[in-house]
Amino acid sequence: MTPSTPSPLAEIEADLAGRVAAAARDRTPLRLCGGGSQAALCRSDSGAPLDLTVLQGIIAYEPSELVITVGAGTPLTVVADALAARGQMLPFEPRLAEGRATVGGAVAAQRGGPRRWTAGAVRDFLLGLVLIDGRGQRLRFGGQVIKNVAGFDVTRLQAGAWGSLGIITEVSIKVLPLPLLERTLQFELDQAQALHQINAWAGQPLPLSASSWEHGCLRVRLSGVAAAVDLASRVMGGEALDDRTAAAHWAGLRERCHPFFSAGGTLWRLALRPTAAVLELPGSVLWEWGGGQRWLRSDAPVEQVRRAAAAAGGHAELHAGGPAGTPVFHPLAAPLDGLHRRIKAVFDPAGILNPGTPDYL
Amino acid sequence: MRESDTFPRVSDADLFAALRSVLPEEAVLTEAQARRTYESDGLSAYRQSPRVVVLPADEQQVQAVLAACHRLGVPVVARGHGTGLSGGALPLADGVLMSMARLNRIVAIDAHARTARVQPGVRNLAISEAAAPHSLYYAPDPSSQIACSIGGNVAENSGGVHCLKYGLTVHNLLRVRGLLADGSPFEAGGEGPDGPGFDLLALLTGSEGLLAVITEITVRLLPKPRTVQALLAAFDDVERAGQAVAAIIAAGIIPAGLEMMDGPATRAAEAYVHANYPVDAEALLICESDGTAEEVADEVARMRALLEAAGATEIRYSRDEAERLKFWAGRKSAFPAVGRLSPDYYCIDGTIPRRTLGEVLRWMYARSREVGVDVVNVFHAGDGNLHPLLLFDASKPGEFERTELFANDILRKCVEVGGTITGEHGVGVEKIDAMCGQFAAPELETFHGLKHAFDAAGLLNPGKAVPTLHRCAELGRMHVHHGELPHPDLPRF
Ligand SMILES: Cc1cc2nc3c(=O)[nH]c(=O)nc-3n(C[C@H](O)[C@H](O)[C@H](O)COP(=O)(O)OP(=O)(O)OC[C@H]3O[C@@H](n4cnc5c(N)ncnc54)[C@H](O)[C@@H]3O)c2cc1C
Repeated sequence: MTPSTPSPLAEIEADLAGRVAAAARDRTPLRLCGGGSQAALCRSDSGAPLDLTVLQGIIAYEPSELVITVGAGTPLTVVADALAARGQMLPFEPRLAEGRATVGGAVAAQRGGPRRWTAGAVRDFLLGLVLIDGRGQRLRFGGQVIKNVAGFDVTRLQAGAWGSLGIITEVSIKVLPLPLLERTLQFELDQAQALHQINAWAGQPLPLSASSWEHGCLRVRLSGVAAAVDLASRVMGGEALDDRTAAAHWAGLRERCHPFFSAGGTLWRLALRPTAAVLELPGSVLWEWGGGQRWLRSDAPVEQVRRAAAAAGGHAELHAGGPAGTPVFHPLAAPLDGLHRRIKAVFDPAGILNPGTPDYL
Repeated sequence: MRESDTFPRVSDADLFAALRSVLPEEAVLTEAQARRTYESDGLSAYRQSPRVVVLPADEQQVQAVLAACHRLGVPVVARGHGTGLSGGALPLADGVLMSMARLNRIVAIDAHARTARVQPGVRNLAISEAAAPHSLYYAPDPSSQIACSIGGNVAENSGGVHCLKYGLTVHNLLRVRGLLADGSPFEAGGEGPDGPGFDLLALLTGSEGLLAVITEITVRLLPKPRTVQALLAAFDDVERAGQAVAAIIAAGIIPAGLEMMDGPATRAAEAYVHANYPVDAEALLICESDGTAEEVADEVARMRALLEAAGATEIRYSRDEAERLKFWAGRKSAFPAVGRLSPDYYCIDGTIPRRTLGEVLRWMYARSREVGVDVVNVFHAGDGNLHPLLLFDASKPGEFERTELFANDILRKCVEVGGTITGEHGVGVEKIDAMCGQFAAPELETFHGLKHAFDAAGLLNPGKAVPTLHRCAELGRMHVHHGELPHPDLPRF
């Protein structure tokens, strides 16, 4: 679709823009609601709910362009099915939440599932979007082409901003071909051995597409043409999982319905240098992405967890539990804290969009 | 952005003294001769000597320069190695030109974590060279990689011939350290898969030195593929070659490289490096495959079948590394080769949806005949990133102006078919007017707002990358309602 083509979402966008402009005038907070699959991290429980699932539909899809443009309220399952019918996929393997997770929600609040390790995060595949800012202006950034350096990258800035910088109404995403074959290998290794081994493999040209470790069990998924997967299996050894068990395992991590996530208590997500040593914190760990994403169930003091994350070149997010009032996101120090608030004010000067989220603002 | 003549004027003596108090004597260049070396980047049509050149050697010195300039209200233009093609590093007459070239240390390579931590003046290729003993490399490979700096790459979000498969600069960065205009240090991103806060790493990438000065960069390194093979396919028609590109991608193949040269480019390259190209072809595709030997064999066979079906008149395989490099030699030297055809040439950079390749090229050749400016095409076909080279003779009156008009026509066409005015070279000063056609007032206001959030005084590379609304209004490219600009409350700089 070219910029001159009228958007099928135009009417809905105009309606949303009008409501945002009115809310900005009256300073009434708005709560942006996609499918609600990420409610746990969204602290915005005040404000009038604004239903964004009305932004429905695939607007343009040309498989040979490797690009799909969709309304932000479209369920990811709808997008994934349309892509699969043409042998393609969303490369970051997002959480689908049984059809509740929307494209806009994934951009605003998801980082990506198991394949994010080697394929890239949601932000890596964003090409362009339409945004209604906190004044009620409709803005278009980026486009439908893979390379575009005109203007600041406001498109990627929306990834992980939790709707605090605007309402995403339309998104263009780069897609990739589905792998021809996948196979999962399993290894009995303790955590330190597994961290070492997975990073050693990641430094070799192997078709790696996912990894996880818990309870002494390292699982590695390979994706590619049969010859490459076969060769990698021979190089790496291990025991091949049957396809059904493997699919259930990765889906469990992708959807966070793996038993590790439902055990109760305090749940942290740490994004660290993948080679960082085994964390010296009490509790249990499950890691993904070659050790770069570590899930920690622990009653360790908040400060201790955040310090450990920073020491390992990363940051920690509180996904469940924890002492009342604990910030979800890693607090920002000067000058980043002020810079973030100034950026927020560029997009939402009245502070009406998802107030309180993310909580570093 | 703020016009540079609105800065309060500090005297040369005061400015030079302030700079000399924080830098060694030889790192402050005030002589006309020495300053002239920095008067342009790779886009030499624009020239301007800076008021003074500084050559800091570490982050502390960069910080001290910024703090001094901030105090005195003097604008600063950071410069990498000056290979930029849009005038991004063009100096300001009343400003400081800060070369980052002396910050050229590879700080650390962590082979196990596959990262390199480097200073911004390190050359792009030097990173891969330093990583080579670990069988790792840094993937984005602009054609200028022997010369351009990684800091410049971050500022421009540079691409290369392998970015369809391996991404642009933005996809291969983990963390940057930078300084705000007042000298305060910050970090964006992290050593892990993502960083805290907003994705400032993405926002900074491609921001052309307007938001911060980058002082350290951590990049992701990739394992070197075991096998690499290239295919050369000749076509007697550029549109058929364009269809072949679409067919390869539609078949689920993401080649490591997918480049196209048209007939004139092919012949110019052949005359220059004798790559043994088929000189009667109207279009040449170079397709590269990498991976394990098995993967490459499989992919090359599938590509061959698709190229044949698309009507290739000749297909060759590289049989060894020497031959593969020979296939690329012509492509990599296409610019200097074209340079021999004409006293001057102007390199355009625009992106279009791949499916419009044939249409846009056909339009371009027709327009070239109409305006009497020859065009040669060498480009990143897999990304739809065009680099038309317009041939002209600057010594003939009116030729450059005619060429510039044609260039603007091409950019307008790119936007019209759903593409963009720059795929990888940036806006700089060159495309500042074309920005008025790509964005409407509210988007431009957002860019100005972001600039203000980082650099309220408007001291970092002012006047580049984002046009003022007034400038667009004067060009007649923007609708200004009743003579009123949107958001009169926002500061303008
Ligand atoms: C022959 C040739 C081939 C080329 N091929 C390609 C190609 O294939 N792909 C491609 O993308 N580009 C290409 N380019 C363009 C150019 O090489 C890139 O834009 C490169 O990234 C510029 O790097 P540099 O160090 O020369 O930056 P400069 O030209 O010195 O500066 C570019 C911009 O970066 C800013 N900057 C530099 N360093 C810093 C810093 N530390 N902090 C903040 N801002 C900074 C400057 O202010 C300026 O705006 C080519 C250029 C030439 C001459």
